[in-house]
Amino acid sequence: MTTPVAAPPDDLTALIPRKTLRARPLFDRELTQRALKQSFVKLNPATLINNPVMFVVEVGAALITVYLARDAVRGAPGVGFEFQIALWLWFTVLFANFAEAMAEARGKAQADTLRKTKTDTLAKRVAADGTMERVPASQLRAGDVVLAEAGDTIPGDGEVMEGIATVDESVITGESAPVIRESGGDRSAVTGGTKVLSDAIKIRITSNPGETFLDRMIALVEGAERQKTPNEIALNILIAGMTLIFLLAVVTLQPFAVFAVHAAGTGAVPSVAVLAALLVCLIPTTIGGLLSAIGIAGMDRVMQHNVLAMSGKAVEASGDINTLLLDKTGTITLGDRQAVEFIPVEGVDPRELADAAQLASLADETPEGRSIVVLAKEKFQLRGREVSELEANFIPFSAYTRMSGVDLHERRLRKGATDAILKFVKEQGGSIPASLEEISERIARSGGTPLAVADGSRALGIIHLKDIVKGGMKERLAQLRAMGIRSVMITGDNPLTAAAIAQEAGVDDFLAQATPKDKLEYIRREQAEGRLVAMTGDGTNDAPALAQADVGVAMNTGTMAAKEAGNMVDLDSNPTKLIEVVAIGKQLLITRGALTTFSIMNDVSKYFAIIPAMFAATYPELSALNIMRLHSPQSAVLAAVIFNALIIIALVPLALRGVKYKPQSAAGMLRRNLWIYGLGGLIAPFPCIWMIDRILGLLHLA
Amino acid sequence: MWRQLAPALRAMVFFTLLTGLIYPGVMTALCQALFPRQANGSLVKVRGRIVGSALIGQKFTQPQYFHPRPSASNYDASASAASNDGPTSEALVERVKAAIAQFRKDNPDYSGPIPSDLVTASASGLDPDISVASAEAQAARVAAARGVSVAQVRALIRQQVERPTLGFLGPPRVNVLALNLALDRRFPRP
Amino acid sequence: MTASGVFYVVIYFLVLLALTKPLGLYMANVFEGRRTFLTPVLRPLERLTYRACGVREDVEQRWTQYAASLIAFSLVGFLFVYAMQRLEGFLPLNPMGFGTAHAPANQTAMTPDLAFNTAVSFVTNTNWQAYGGETTLSYWVQMTALTVQNFVSAAAGIAVAIALVRGFARKQMRSIGNFWVDLTRGTLYVLLPLSFLLALFLCARGVPQTLAAYVKARTLEGRVQTIAVGPVASQEAPKLLGTNGGGFFNQNSAHPYENPTPLTNFVEILAILAIPAGLTYTFGKMVGDTRQGWTLFAAMSVLFFVGVFICTHAEQAGNPNLARLGVETRATAGQPGGNMEGKELRFGIPGSALFTVATTDASCGAVNSMLDSYTPLGGLIPMFNLQTDEVIFGGVGSGLYGILLYAILGVFIAGLMVGRTPEYLGKKIEQKEVKMAMIAVISTAFAILVFAAVTLDARFAAHGYWNPPGPAVANVQNGGPHGFSEVLYAFSSASENNGSAFAGLNANTPWYNLTLGLAMLLGRFLFMIPVLAIAGSLAAKKKIPETSGTLPTHGALFAGLLVGVVLVVGALTFFPALSLGPIVEYLLMLKGKLYSSLILTAWS
Repeated sequence: MTTPVAAPPDDLTALIPRKTLRARPLFDRELTQRALKQSFVKLNPATLINNPVMFVVEVGAALITVYLARDAVRGAPGVGFEFQIALWLWFTVLFANFAEAMAEARGKAQADTLRKTKTDTLAKRVAADGTMERVPASQLRAGDVVLAEAGDTIPGDGEVMEGIATVDESVITGESAPVIRESGGDRSAVTGGTKVLSDAIKIRITSNPGETFLDRMIALVEGAERQKTPNEIALNILIAGMTLIFLLAVVTLQPFAVFAVHAAGTGAVPSVAVLAALLVCLIPTTIGGLLSAIGIAGMDRVMQHNVLAMSGKAVEASGDINTLLLDKTGTITLGDRQAVEFIPVEGVDPRELADAAQLASLADETPEGRSIVVLAKEKFQLRGREVSELEANFIPFSAYTRMSGVDLHERRLRKGATDAILKFVKEQGGSIPASLEEISERIARSGGTPLAVADGSRALGIIHLKDIVKGGMKERLAQLRAMGIRSVMITGDNPLTAAAIAQEAGVDDFLAQATPKDKLEYIRREQAEGRLVAMTGDGTNDAPALAQADVGVAMNTGTMAAKEAGNMVDLDSNPTKLIEVVAIGKQLLITRGALTTFSIMNDVSKYFAIIPAMFAATYPELSALNIMRLHSPQSAVLAAVIFNALIIIALVPLALRGVKYKPQSAAGMLRRNLWIYGLGGLIAPFPCIWMIDRILGLLHLA
Repeated sequence: MWRQLAPALRAMVFFTLLTGLIYPGVMTALCQALFPRQANGSLVKVRGRIVGSALIGQKFTQPQYFHPRPSASNYDASASAASNDGPTSEALVERVKAAIAQFRKDNPDYSGPIPSDLVTASASGLDPDISVASAEAQAARVAAARGVSVAQVRALIRQQVERPTLGFLGPPRVNVLALNLALDRRFPRP
Repeated sequence: MTASGVFYVVIYFLVLLALTKPLGLYMANVFEGRRTFLTPVLRPLERLTYRACGVREDVEQRWTQYAASLIAFSLVGFLFVYAMQRLEGFLPLNPMGFGTAHAPANQTAMTPDLAFNTAVSFVTNTNWQAYGGETTLSYWVQMTALTVQNFVSAAAGIAVAIALVRGFARKQMRSIGNFWVDLTRGTLYVLLPLSFLLALFLCARGVPQTLAAYVKARTLEGRVQTIAVGPVASQEAPKLLGTNGGGFFNQNSAHPYENPTPLTNFVEILAILAIPAGLTYTFGKMVGDTRQGWTLFAAMSVLFFVGVFICTHAEQAGNPNLARLGVETRATAGQPGGNMEGKELRFGIPGSALFTVATTDASCGAVNSMLDSYTPLGGLIPMFNLQTDEVIFGGVGSGLYGILLYAILGVFIAGLMVGRTPEYLGKKIEQKEVKMAMIAVISTAFAILVFAAVTLDARFAAHGYWNPPGPAVANVQNGGPHGFSEVLYAFSSASENNGSAFAGLNANTPWYNLTLGLAMLLGRFLFMIPVLAIAGSLAAKKKIPETSGTLPTHGALFAGLLVGVVLVVGALTFFPALSLGPIVEYLLMLKGKLYSSLILTAWS
C-alpha cells in the first residue's frame, strides 16, 4: 500500500505567484532587444573565430570594407555596388549573431529570474551547542546545520535532518503546488532558494557556496557552461571542411579567370568584392550561422518541458536511445491499483460484499480505498455514507496486521491481504470457504491484486484490484517502437504479474522483481550490445543505474544522490517525460541535418546567379546559364548575397522551434525531409533570388 | 615505417621476379607456341617479304590504292600519335578543310557527303580501317587508275567489308591494307 | 545516341552485372581466407611468398602499421621503378637500345624528372604517361618495372579497400588485417589468374607478345615502316584489370596492337570495371548484408548510365564546326558519323565513348580515343568523373573506398534527418570519421585546383631548367577555354590517380613532371591514409543493432541519396572551373567560335 501524500491545503496555493517565464513568445520584445545588442558584441573576431564559417564571412566583409574605403577615396567607379556588398556581408554576420543571441537570450532571462531569488538570504545556523546565529547564506559551508521555518527561504542545498514541512519549489520547477520534505527516505532533499511554507525543518547543508543546484541551474540556462556536443563538433568539422573547399574553389578561380580573360581577349577579371561575395554565398552560412542556435534552442526546449539537462550531450544522446527503461508504477500504470470487480465466495450476495467493502473503505483515503467506494457505487448504486454520520471506529492499515477496516456497532468489517484476512477470520472462529483462496490465486495470476473482505467470522469474497495502464500508453509505446526504441518495464512485481501488465501496456520487455543491481546489469548488457539506454529514477539506490545509463533522468523529488548521478533532472518528477525528451533530442538532430542539407542545396542556385554574372564581359555566351534572367551582373551578385543573408533570418524561427517532428520510421522520415529540405533547398532560392533582383531593379540599386 | 622496409624490400624483389619476369616469360612462351602469328604482330608477307601488319595502318598516297584516314604520326608505327586538336581549334578546322579540298580534288567523281572518318585523324595514327562509305567514295578514282570498272572495284570492297562483331560491336569497316592487297591480286597494276 | 549504341551499353552492363556476384563472392572468400577453387594451385605459392617476404600470415596489424607497410612498399616500389628507368641502357632485354648510344632517333630521353614522374605515376596506380612507351622504354623496364606495378599498385588499392570493409565488419577490434597478406592475396588469387586469361585472349586476337626487336616492313608503296612490337599482352591485361592504364604504346588502347578488334575493345572495357564492380558485392558479403553492396552498385550504375548517355550523345552529335565544312555527322549505313577526330574506326562512337566513360569512372586512365579531341560535353564527362573522385565502380579498391567515403558523408548529413546521430552499418559516424573523410575529399580538390592555378600563373625565364620560357600554360596545344581544360584535366587526372589526358598538353617538362608527380602523391596517400584511419576507428567501435529507427542504407532511397551526394559535392567544388572550361567551350562551339593556340605564346 502506498503512503498517502497529504493533499496540499488549498489556501496556500494562492500565495504562490504562477510562473510565466516559460510561456514567453518566440520573439519577445525584451528578448529581442537583448539579442540585437548581443549581435554587435559578437562581432568581436576573437570570439567569432570559434565559428569558422562566420569568421570567413567577417574577414570577407572587412576586406571589402577596406577596398571600399580605398575606392571611395580614389573616387573609383562601382563604389555603390561595393558598398552594398559590404553592407550585406556585415548583415550576414549580424544575422547569424542575432540567431545565436536570440537562443541565448531566453536562457539569460531565465537565469536573471533565478538569480533574484539567490540574493541576501539570511540563514539560521545552528551551532554544535544548539545555539543559533544568523549568517548570510553565502557563508554556509557543507556540513553546516540550519533551521528553516515557515516563511523562510531555504539557504542552501541540503538534507532534512529533522522535521517535516511543505516547501514551495516553484522557483525551480515552475510548479505552484507545494511539496512535502521530511527527514529520512527519498524525500529528504531540499534545494537552496526554495521556500518553507509550513512547519520547520532542520537541514544539513550539502554544498559549498557557488556549487549549489541553483548555481548550476543558472549556469546551465545561461549557457555559461555550454560545451559543443560531439555531433555538433563533427558537423562543425564538416562545414569547416566545406568552407575550405569553397575557399579553394574561389581563390583558384582568380588565376582561372585571368587565363579566361586572356584566352577570350576581352572582359575583366572579377573584382575582390565579387569573389568574396561568391565565397560567402557558397560557404554554408545558413547552417554555420544557425548551428549553435539550434543546440541552445534544443536545450531550451527541454527546459520548457521542465527538464533540466546537465549537458547538451545528454539531449543529443536522447535522440539516439535504443532502449527505454520505464518504471511500471507511475509511468506505465496510474501508480495506484483500482478496484475492478467484487467476487463473492459461494453463498454470498455480490451486493453484500460490495456493501461491506465500501464500508470498510470509507475512511481509507488511499486511491485503492477510494476506488473501492466508487466501484461499489457504480455497480450497486451504494451511496458512500458520510463517515461522521456513522458511529464507527475506523481501523487504519498497519504493516503488522496488513489489513484495515471499520468496527460498526457489532460488525467488524476488514479488508486486506488474503492470508491476513484468513488469519483474522480464523481468530474470529469462522470457517474458510474453499473458493476464497482459489479466486485469490486466479487474480494474482492475471496480474491483479486480490484483496479479501471479511465481516467478522464470515469471509465474504475478494476485491479484484488491478494496475490500470495509463490511457494512451499503448499508443505511445507503439510510436516508440516505430521510432526503433524498445521499451522495457521495470517492476518489483513477480514475473507473472509483470508479464500480464507488460502485455496489456504493450512494452517490449520487462524486468520483474527488479533490484537496483538487476537494473544496472540490464543496462550494462544492453550497452554491451551497442544500444543506448535511457531511464528514470528517484531513489538513492537508483543512482548507479542512472549514472550507467546514457540518458538518466532523475526526478526532482528524488534524493540528491539520484540527481547527481543522472544527466537530467525532471523538475515535474513525471517519469513519462522521458518520451518527450527523446522526441526533443531527435528533433534537435533532425533540425541540424535539415538545415545543413538546405544550406548546401542552396548553393546550386547561387552558381547559376553569380557565375554568368562574373564572366558576362569575358564569355557573354555563359548567359545561357542565367536561367533566372537576372537583369544585370551586379544585380545578380547582389541578389544572391542578399538572399544568402535573409535566409538566415528567415530560418531563425525554424532553428529555435525545431523542425516538425512526427514519430515514424527512419526511412519515411528521411524521404520526407529529403523532399522538403533537399529538393526545397534546391528549388526555393530560384524564385527568391529572382524576386530580389526585380526589387533591386525597381529601386535602382543595381 | 622503417621497420616495414625490410618486408617491403623483400616483397618488391619477390613480386618483381614473379610478375615482372616469370609471368611475362611464361606468357611469351605460351603465346609464341599457341598463337605465333598474332604474338609476333600479325605481320603480312608478300612473296616472303614483310609488307606490314594486318593490324597497323600504313600510308597510301598513290591513286591506284585506297587511302587510309589522316594520321598525326604519318603512319610511323614506331611512334604512335594523335592530333589532339580540340573541337574549337582553328588548326583542326583548317586541317579538315584542307583534307576535304584535297579529297575533292583527288576524287572529282565523288560528290556525296564526306564520311566522318575520312578527313579526321585517328587516335593511334595507325588506324588500319576506313568506313565502307570512305572506301566507296574512292572507288571511282581507284578504278580509273587501275583501268577497271567502278562496279568491279565496288564488288571487291563489298567482299572486304568486316561486319560488326556479334552484330553490334564496331561499325562496318574495311581494312585498307587488306583491300589494297586484294586489289593488287585481282587487278595487278598495268 | 544510335540504337546500336544503346544496345552496346545495355549488353555491356548486363555482362558486367552477371560478373559482379561470382567475382565478388570469390574475392570475399579470398580475403577472408576461405578455400576457393584455386587454393590447391596457389596456396603453395602464397606460402612461398610469405616466406620470401618474411611475413607472418597470422599476425594482424593496427591501422597505423597497415599504413606504414603500404607507404614502405610504395617507397621501395618507387625507388625500383626510378632506378630501372634510369639504368635501362645497362639492363638486358633492350633490343632497340634505349638509353644507349644506338637508340632510335625518335627516342624520348629518360631524364630524372621524367623518371620521377613515371615512377610516382606507376606506384600510385595513376599510370600517367609523360613518355611514349615505344620510344622510351626497353622491354626490361616495361616488364620488371611497369608490369610489376600494374599488379602490386592495384593489389595495394584492393588491400586498402578490404581493410576499410573490415572496419565496418568488425566490432571492438584494434586490427584491420595484414597489408602483406592482403597484397599477396590480391595479386596471386585475383589479378594474376585473371591477367593470365585476359593476356591469352588478347594475344589470340592479335596483341603481340614477343621479346624480339621492332619489325621493319616495306609497304606496298615502297616506304619503310618500323613497327614497334614487344611483350604487350602480358602488360595489357593487368593494365586494365588493375585499373592502371599505362599503355605499352604511346597511344595506349587506341593502338591496334593494344586493342586490335571491336571484340577486344568490349572485353577491355569489361576488364576495367569487372573487379571494381565485383568489389561492391565483396563489400556486401563481408559486412554480412549483400543488399548493402547492391545498393552501392545501383548508385554507381545510375551515375554510369548518365555519364555514358551524355558522352555518347555528345560524340555522336559531332562537331558543328566540321559539319559546316560538309562532314557527315549523322550515322549512316556506310559510316559512323559523329565526331571521329581522335577515334579509331573499329571502335566507332559507342565503343569509344563507353571506353572513355568506363576508364574515368574507374581510376584506369587507359584510353582508346583521344579525349582532347572530344566535343566539350563529351570531354566534360570524363573530367567530372575524375573530379568526383572516380567512384562509379572506380579504381580497383579505390572506387570502393571512395564511394564508402561519400556514403559516410551522405550518412552524416542526411542521417541526422532521421533524428539519430549518424551511423552506417551499425557504426557511429563521429568526429574522427568526418574529419578523415573531409581530409581525403579536400586533399584531392586541393591538388587539382591549387596545382592547376599555380601552373596557370607560372612564368618561366629564358634558359631555365623547369619549362620553356614564358608561361607554363603555353605548353597547351589548344587555345581558348580548351587550353584551360587541358591543364585542369591534367591535374584532375594526376590527383585522382587516373592517368588519362587531354594529351595536347606537353607535360614532359621538369615543371609538369614535378607538379603532376606531387599531385599524384597527394591524391594517393592523403586519400588512402585517412581511409585507413577510418578503418581503424570503425573497427574499434561497437556495432549498433539495426532497428526501425536506423537509417536504412540499402534500397533505392539511399542509392538516390548517394548519387546526390556525389553529384552535389563534385559539382559545387568544380562548377566554377568547369564553367570556364568545357561548359563555356560548348556554348562557344555552338556559336562557331574558333581559337588559335598562337595567342598563348604571346602572353607573358
